[in-house]
Amino acid sequence: MATTACFVIVGKNDSPIYESEVGSGPRKDEAAHLHQFVLHASMDIVQDVVWTTQNMYLKVVDKFGDLFVSTYVTAGQAKLMLLHDLKSEDGIKNFFQEVHELYIKILLNPLYVPGSKITSPQFDARVRMLAKKYL
Amino acid sequence: MLGVARGRAHLVNVVDRPLPKGKTEVNLSAFAFLFSELVQYFQTKVNNVNELERKLEEAGYGVGLRVLELLCHREKANRRETRLLGILTFIHSTVWKALFGKQADSLEKATTEEDEYMISEKELLVNRFISVPKDMGQFNCGAYVAGIVKGVLDSAGFPARVTAHFVPIEGQLRPRTTILIKFSPEVMLREQRMG
Repeated sequence: MATTACFVIVGKNDSPIYESEVGSGPRKDEAAHLHQFVLHASMDIVQDVVWTTQNMYLKVVDKFGDLFVSTYVTAGQAKLMLLHDLKSEDGIKNFFQEVHELYIKILLNPLYVPGSKITSPQFDARVRMLAKKYL
Repeated sequence: MLGVARGRAHLVNVVDRPLPKGKTEVNLSAFAFLFSELVQYFQTKVNNVNELERKLEEAGYGVGLRVLELLCHREKANRRETRLLGILTFIHSTVWKALFGKQADSLEKATTEEDEYMISEKELLVNRFISVPKDMGQFNCGAYVAGIVKGVLDSAGFPARVTAHFVPIEGQLRPRTTILIKFSPEVMLREQRMG
């Protein structure tokens, strides 16, 4: 069980699509900024790694202190990024795969503009549920 | 207010419904009718043939990026395409099969240019019931399909210019439709680097 984790989905043009704080750890305000910073900093690495493999799950791409950044890139170049401090690769992989499926369902909605923020509360609830289950 | 059916299915949110399996087919007449409406609608919104083609392309673009994400998940077991030939054969076989029920007739590389590829179809589905009047010149409703192809390529990270053209074939009344794909220089550079 990861004590603290931050999850974001970044669109093809590096636009934020969705973000949430998941996990059960105590939250500090300054930590939230740090999390964002670490995630943003690892985007460049993802950009390079993405063309070296056909797998969507890129595993841990970057680390900062005791924080790890795991990434999953979909066919349409949407990046699912998770910041976590405990390693549980299988759980994270399952989490990514299920969120990917949710993302496709949202994308298939003709009224959703690709690359825009996902505002659906049902999507948010599902992601939090999956985070509880796998992380 | 639209006449929305108030069945149970309507109450379930999209995230709670399973992804479509892709086994269902749509009646061709229904599709042709809808497509003809689309073309007619755009015709009222544009001033010239070029704009009309742009509009059709834009309509196809959205289909393309959704189809890529869905098919890579459903048919390719979550593998991304990172190579040029990989994504082209994916379009030629997987995408075409899902959209038109068959593989495209041919996928060729242009003889003159390194960065140009062509997907040809003797009788493109969207063009089956369409004949273009003389005064519209080179207009081709295949622009919609070109838009789909562009959508797939763009969102997979292979930006390209995609256009649809009629190419006459000898001994046949109807010309075939060729989708011409010209990749951006950065795509070719990346391909070279990957060897």
